[in-house]
Amino acid sequence: MRLKTTLAVAAMFLATTGLARAEGELNIFNWGNYTSPELIKKFEDTYKVKVTITDYDSNDTALAKVRQGGHGFDIAMPSQNYLPIWIEEGLVLETNPGQMENAKNMLPEWADPEFDPGRKYSVPWALGTVGVVVNTDVYKGPIDTWAVVFDPPAELQGKINIVPEMNDVIHAAIKFHGGEMCSADKTLLKQVRDTLVAAKPLWVAMEYSTIEKMVGGDFAATTDWNGSALRQRLQNPKIQFALPKEGFQLWSDNAVVLKDAKNVENAKLFLNFIMDPENAAMISAFSRYANGIKGSEAFMPEDMKTAPEVMVPADLLATADYSKTCPPEAQELYTRIWTELQK
Amino acid sequence: MIRPDGALEAARRRDVRARWLLSAPALLILAFAAIGPLLVVVLYSFLTPGPYGDVIWSFSTDAWVGVFLERDIFDDTLSLADAHMSIFVRSLTLATATTVLALLIGFPTAYFIATRPERTRELWLFLITIPFWTNILIRTFGMLEIIRNEGLINTSLRTLGLIDRPIQMLFTDGAVMAGMLYVYLPLMVLPLYASLEKLDFRLVEAGYDLYATPFRVLTRIVLPLVKPGMIAGSILVFIPALGAYVTPRVLGGGKTMMLGTLIELQFGQGRNWPLGAALSITLMAMVMVALLVYVRYAGREVRHG
Repeated sequence: MRLKTTLAVAAMFLATTGLARAEGELNIFNWGNYTSPELIKKFEDTYKVKVTITDYDSNDTALAKVRQGGHGFDIAMPSQNYLPIWIEEGLVLETNPGQMENAKNMLPEWADPEFDPGRKYSVPWALGTVGVVVNTDVYKGPIDTWAVVFDPPAELQGKINIVPEMNDVIHAAIKFHGGEMCSADKTLLKQVRDTLVAAKPLWVAMEYSTIEKMVGGDFAATTDWNGSALRQRLQNPKIQFALPKEGFQLWSDNAVVLKDAKNVENAKLFLNFIMDPENAAMISAFSRYANGIKGSEAFMPEDMKTAPEVMVPADLLATADYSKTCPPEAQELYTRIWTELQK
Repeated sequence: MIRPDGALEAARRRDVRARWLLSAPALLILAFAAIGPLLVVVLYSFLTPGPYGDVIWSFSTDAWVGVFLERDIFDDTLSLADAHMSIFVRSLTLATATTVLALLIGFPTAYFIATRPERTRELWLFLITIPFWTNILIRTFGMLEIIRNEGLINTSLRTLGLIDRPIQMLFTDGAVMAGMLYVYLPLMVLPLYASLEKLDFRLVEAGYDLYATPFRVLTRIVLPLVKPGMIAGSILVFIPALGAYVTPRVLGGGKTMMLGTLIELQFGQGRNWPLGAALSITLMAMVMVALLVYVRYAGREVRHG
């Protein structure tokens, strides 16, 4: 944490004093606790480039900061449901990573996605699912349902955390009521609102920092991303992850080069670099998410190859929603439900 | 020799000019760093929110209506924005409770320090300032480690066999208040001490000589004389507590909002910058009203004295 802060301060200092040389530098703006130090070390050694990493904690924070300009970042990792906004607002540079040397390594299902047709802007960084995590020492019943958090059993009441990523929470509640992703149906959303408002007194917190608090016993259950769940289980085998049978989201975070990047060539090198299976495996080994690069499994640590958190069974895959940007009219309703939930 | 009036006048004018020049840097900083951004906030509160954050440059009073009234999501009826109101009330309650507790704890502390021999006072004051050596975020995380389920208090109580399951302290309103009390207490003690130090203790002795009870001495002599310190301390604690962000975020678990977190939501996931701007100004107005009340109250008391 402190090291990252120091790096961020150093980056700002360099950016403002003009000491920074155009070549030999790369500034990455990424989610916190998400960037493999080994990967960065290897990139630095291979290309003689000094890499600086700055953290963010939500898509909205990243979008707001990049939009203001003057940030000095070359690369960011928006989620796929935000990427179309970045493209539409002209924040990202068309670097055509789909034509790069290592692009052949992309898994076919990630090579031409709806959110970036033809991969004109982005490269997959990590991908995963949203599900529920339960400490099975506390609750021994079935956990493959959103009911664990929205209509919780007595053992879990007062010990549940909800990761406050608004779109994920609303999506989960919509699925819990059998609705469709991005629905703006008011009858359905009324049920969604009522369910969330009724469940909230049974939650203990709405926080992003789940790994340390699940392992430390402050939470007994939480909504979470699968890689985070795997990191928890590796510290406490009683912590189990499940994909709810009512439906869940598949998401990906994607590396893009920013339009006002100062180190475009290095940034392009980096996009190509992370499509190499061995390098992509480093990303996964650290953050514990899959990566969308063919052949990277061979380089992954043993405990990931068999991890149920990472492998999505084919029958469940059929019920999954690919995360996407919801239209403004749905988004506005979600925001109002969210505010009402917070009071 | 008496100088002619003209020279005196010129000297006076030079003096005025020098004062303006000397205060120019401070005034410039104020204009650029305080008044400028404030005007931007006011401006934004009258614009339309963009679909994914930011603002669209068209005039609208929706944000201001939204601070106080809300349109029901499902049947479009207008009603009082009780989501916002309950957050205002919670923030006011927690800030007031923190201030009162800080006063109750801070007064005896300051009194204790002020009545020490002059040589040791320095040491006590020095101890009060120690928490300022560390960043507020780190102090708040320190508090978290103490009160969490497997933290210092719960583990100690369990080891002693006093409880068999952890007491839920983290993520409660009480945790937020305790955190704010811990962080802001020095801001109460220091001005109280400044007032108490100037207190002429011969007046206290005179009160006792005239057969006043200790309670009467406290209420009729000590409290009126240290009132300025109490008011200054209360203002210093109340204002940051009302807009607190870090403490409710870390110790409140983000489940129950306060004004600071509500404003942040509008600029982030809420994607409603104008509403966030309007709420920020509302917070400032609340602080202003609280200050005016304090000042009026203080002024009246001084006249009575």
